[in-house]
Amino acid sequence: MNKQPIIQFSDVSFQYQNQDAATLQHINLAIQKGEKVFITGPSGSGKSTLGNLINGVIPEEFSGRLTGRVTISGQPKSKLDLTDLSFVVGTVLQDPDAQFVGLTVAEDIAFALENDAKPDDVLHQKVAKWAQRLNLTTLLKKHPQDLSGGQKQRVSLAGVLVDDEPILLLDEPLANLDPAAGRDSMKLLNWLAAQQDLTVIIIDHRIEEVLQIPIDRMIVLADGRVVADETPDHILKQDLLLKHGLREPLYVTALKNAGVNVKQINHLSNLETLKLSQINRDRLVQWAAQQDNLVKKSSRLPIISLKKLTFGYPSEPTIFKDFSLTINQGEMVALVGKNGTGKTTLINLITGFLTPAGGRLYLGKNDASGDSVKQRADRIGYVLQDPNQMISKTMIYDEVALGLELRGIDSETTKKRVFETLKITGLYPYRNWPISALSFGQKKRVTIAAALVLRPEILILDEPTAGQDLAHYSQMMAFLEKLNRQRDTTVIMVTHDMNLMMAYADRTIVLDQGQILADASPAEVLTNSAVIEKAHLSQLSLQVLAKKAGLADPIGFAEKFISAERRHLDDESANLV
Amino acid sequence: MNQQISYDVGKSQENRWVTRLTGMTKILVLLSLSIIGMVSYDTWYLIVLTVFAVLFYQSAHLKWHQVRGLLYAIAAFTALNLILVYLFNPAYGSQVYGSSHILIGRGFFALTWEELFYLLNMLLKYVFIVPLILAFLFTTNPSELAAGMSRIGFPYKISYAVELSLRYIPDVIRDFKQISLAQQARGLEMSKKAGLWNRLKRSTQILIPLVFSSMDKIEITTRAMKLRRFGTKQRRTWYMTQKLGKIDYLVLVSTGLLIAVGIGLFWVDGGRFYNPFK
Repeated sequence: MNKQPIIQFSDVSFQYQNQDAATLQHINLAIQKGEKVFITGPSGSGKSTLGNLINGVIPEEFSGRLTGRVTISGQPKSKLDLTDLSFVVGTVLQDPDAQFVGLTVAEDIAFALENDAKPDDVLHQKVAKWAQRLNLTTLLKKHPQDLSGGQKQRVSLAGVLVDDEPILLLDEPLANLDPAAGRDSMKLLNWLAAQQDLTVIIIDHRIEEVLQIPIDRMIVLADGRVVADETPDHILKQDLLLKHGLREPLYVTALKNAGVNVKQINHLSNLETLKLSQINRDRLVQWAAQQDNLVKKSSRLPIISLKKLTFGYPSEPTIFKDFSLTINQGEMVALVGKNGTGKTTLINLITGFLTPAGGRLYLGKNDASGDSVKQRADRIGYVLQDPNQMISKTMIYDEVALGLELRGIDSETTKKRVFETLKITGLYPYRNWPISALSFGQKKRVTIAAALVLRPEILILDEPTAGQDLAHYSQMMAFLEKLNRQRDTTVIMVTHDMNLMMAYADRTIVLDQGQILADASPAEVLTNSAVIEKAHLSQLSLQVLAKKAGLADPIGFAEKFISAERRHLDDESANLV
Repeated sequence: MNQQISYDVGKSQENRWVTRLTGMTKILVLLSLSIIGMVSYDTWYLIVLTVFAVLFYQSAHLKWHQVRGLLYAIAAFTALNLILVYLFNPAYGSQVYGSSHILIGRGFFALTWEELFYLLNMLLKYVFIVPLILAFLFTTNPSELAAGMSRIGFPYKISYAVELSLRYIPDVIRDFKQISLAQQARGLEMSKKAGLWNRLKRSTQILIPLVFSSMDKIEITTRAMKLRRFGTKQRRTWYMTQKLGKIDYLVLVSTGLLIAVGIGLFWVDGGRFYNPFK
């Protein structure tokens, strides 16, 4: 094509003012009008920085040294400020709650137009049009904060699309969405891109999820450089993603492990249309036959018992009514369900953050219903979803040591245990860093370290793998598993990550509007299509692949693959430590 | 999410005429009546204002539990205020009204009819302003307020700042609670099981995460606002701007008349005070 690219980077490097190395180095790339481009890379690879260069947040908010030439919509970026760029690039930020400015959905959609001083009738007309297009009409008077994850995303989209910008930039659009909402959201983007003739740029590290829609090009960044700029098919055929600590779609890894020559497979990035030859099907069947079956443990002593718990937020309908649940010692439990269905509420009832209107809670044999948060904390380690709500020290070491100090542990032991934990969580090299210099994923790891260091009997983690690289993810999970095996620590994970659940949980509890919809092994849950649909979960790509290969037991195949993969990653992380 | 404070107008208020008033009208009425009410000490006039304010309050149809806390606080404050005014200068009423009819006691603390009448006037000022404020507080959301402020001439950046600060109060309160709990979950005893002093000392530990998480949010919100061109133009429009309706004109005209009467009374009374002792 001879067209002028809508975005062009020529030999672009950028170094933040307060850092000693350049975050982006010699970037060359061209994005054509109407393309759907997926920018990915491990955390710290510079992918957010690249996005900030495109929408003008750099240099408006972060100063630094920019060399090379950036052209956007035919104009050199040096001539465009944030305001000029905002007419060309619409940005949807990662944190949906903080980016809502309007009190109601309608006001938030209208915000940019209000700032352009558009007359009242234009405001109302455009808001109505976009609300209808994104199916938000009935929600116009609601507070954006009260919506579900998927609805929030649609509000953010409407808020930037009212401007009719040609380019849409999304920073981690899949963060905080349940699997079904994530899939809907990607489909919506695909539809919008076609409808509005948009150029779409998606920045994310969830490769399998983003590739649910056709992507024209994938740009992989590592250490500030472009390491690949090709079609997804091309990239998946190589081993490039794993090499850079990124997770490739699991079905692709499975094909490779089974010895299938993926180079010969057409449309590798589209699982739905992917065709397997007889030879390849046989390879998958053979591979599965060679694997051992997963050994599951069965448990015994109850450690958390909820008896007829009743709870509702003030002036809202009751969520839990006579809710009973027993979790046994040494179990690894995944608590799943759609956004806003009461998972975090349930955890908050266990940790004492919320007080139930009725019912009792037992920890082991003791009635802990009257215990304070602190008393329960002596047995339960709880890592909240948002690390910013937990971190109270400015240095990493101090933060991790805090719990031990509060419990009066001597400084020698404290030091030993803190160092040990920092090593396991991959934070040891940063131990003397200020926490403010860390990314979200790193902060999350600090809070997990702060809980691990106390060696609690029960560990509750809300979205433990949010923002984590593959390497850190498997390292941390391997450690949790070790704790679980060796010390019989009970682990409860609240998660939207089906792969995590499948790989590490012994038991899955599916929550739906305050009821237990299913309580079974992950495999059983993932083969129950009614539960999957109702709780907004999703099947694994491995199951789809196994069906294509004609395997009789797709979930068994998934189980085998995941346990083999885990052994492999465990070995790798053992080498890392 | 569980929000303790909400700026939603309750169901029972939706169709009330106070709710239908535009933000601009409400601000104008509140500001102008407060000023005239604070200046004037004409008892009859203050009683008329009180009746006017009670009409607003009636229309707002507030539930006792909504206003209970505020009312108790204001009542306590008012009582304290009146007592202090009396204690500091018990003869002030006599100075104002130029006569002295002792009701009870003698010497410095002698209570005169004049002082009592003066205090009654002060009490009336509170009595009239409180229902007015309550009615507006519970029927105006921050957006309407900002749109109204901007319409009567406040710079829009200030109006928006007011709106945002009001908006984020519930968020900050929620964050504070959550952070406090998170700290307890790390082993910091903050419940009644620790002493009061310890609890106070430990609550400082919550401030750091509260500041950090608020700063983080402010940074993102500011970025989101800039990315959608906030502050780039001299002028800004408001989605929530409402057209003035009949009821607005009616209320604005009545308010105008009331103020004219209030000013007229300065001549009739020969000053700010109505003096029944002459």
